[in-house]
Amino acid sequence: MNVTWYVVLSAFLFAIGAAGVLTRRNPLVVLLCLELMLNAGNLALIAFSRMWGNGDGQIFALVVMVVAACEVVVGLGIIVGIFRRRIPEDVDALSELRG
Amino acid sequence: MIFEQIVFFIAAIGALAGAAGVVLLRNPFYSVLALVGHLFFLAVLFLLLRAQFLAAAQLIVYAGAVMVLYVFVVAYIGGADEPLGQNIPGLRPLGVLFAVCLLAELCIAVIGSGLQALDSHGADIGNGFGTPSQIGSLLLKQFLIPFEAASYLLLVAAVGALVLARKRRGFEELTGEGGTA
Repeated sequence: MNVTWYVVLSAFLFAIGAAGVLTRRNPLVVLLCLELMLNAGNLALIAFSRMWGNGDGQIFALVVMVVAACEVVVGLGIIVGIFRRRIPEDVDALSELRG
Repeated sequence: MIFEQIVFFIAAIGALAGAAGVVLLRNPFYSVLALVGHLFFLAVLFLLLRAQFLAAAQLIVYAGAVMVLYVFVVAYIGGADEPLGQNIPGLRPLGVLFAVCLLAELCIAVIGSGLQALDSHGADIGNGFGTPSQIGSLLLKQFLIPFEAASYLLLVAAVGALVLARKRRGFEELTGEGGTA
């Protein structure tokens, strides 16, 4: 398989994730779609790593996974906080960052 | 190799279907399950690209731990269906249009790229490519500072999650007790 296939697939996944971030209103699903985008980036990084026969891209993908884990932890913490304060779970209603 | 192509297309269709499921399903719980399927097929693709360690890490850390966290939060806040109405009409087609434009731009960038190696199977690689030992030696020899920075980032995120999830006035109660004692 040519590397192009993998990169184009990752472009498709990234675009699907972006569409989800832009159209969904539940903040939890927005976070899930962000995961999709990060994973599409990971796939491209690993495809390029395979293309050059070099492990650096895989290290980069590993760091992206760490960043994604941190994003999930903080994002879910914020969502639980939103739920506790009985603010509606709708990104349109969450237009203020005031605590 | 025909076998590699068959596995690639099965995994690619699975990954695309999982991604579409995350975006299209209205119940957040089903979205999480679709993402688990997506991550599984993505791990298969990683294996095809000879990233064995990352495929295993993807399955264990992502599909295992992170998704369990998501399921817990969905169970905690109640996976209510999303309301269908839109506060600002016309925003949803605009978002889809933006995503399609993004896809077209990315595809033009990939197909029009001058990288000759993109149309190859990739460079020749040895047996040890993508194994835990190679990743480990790269992390400890060449990428020690990013490795340490990632561990600090995880620590910061863990502390941040604790601060976010504590009860309101948690710290004030603590200092109040300290004052009386």
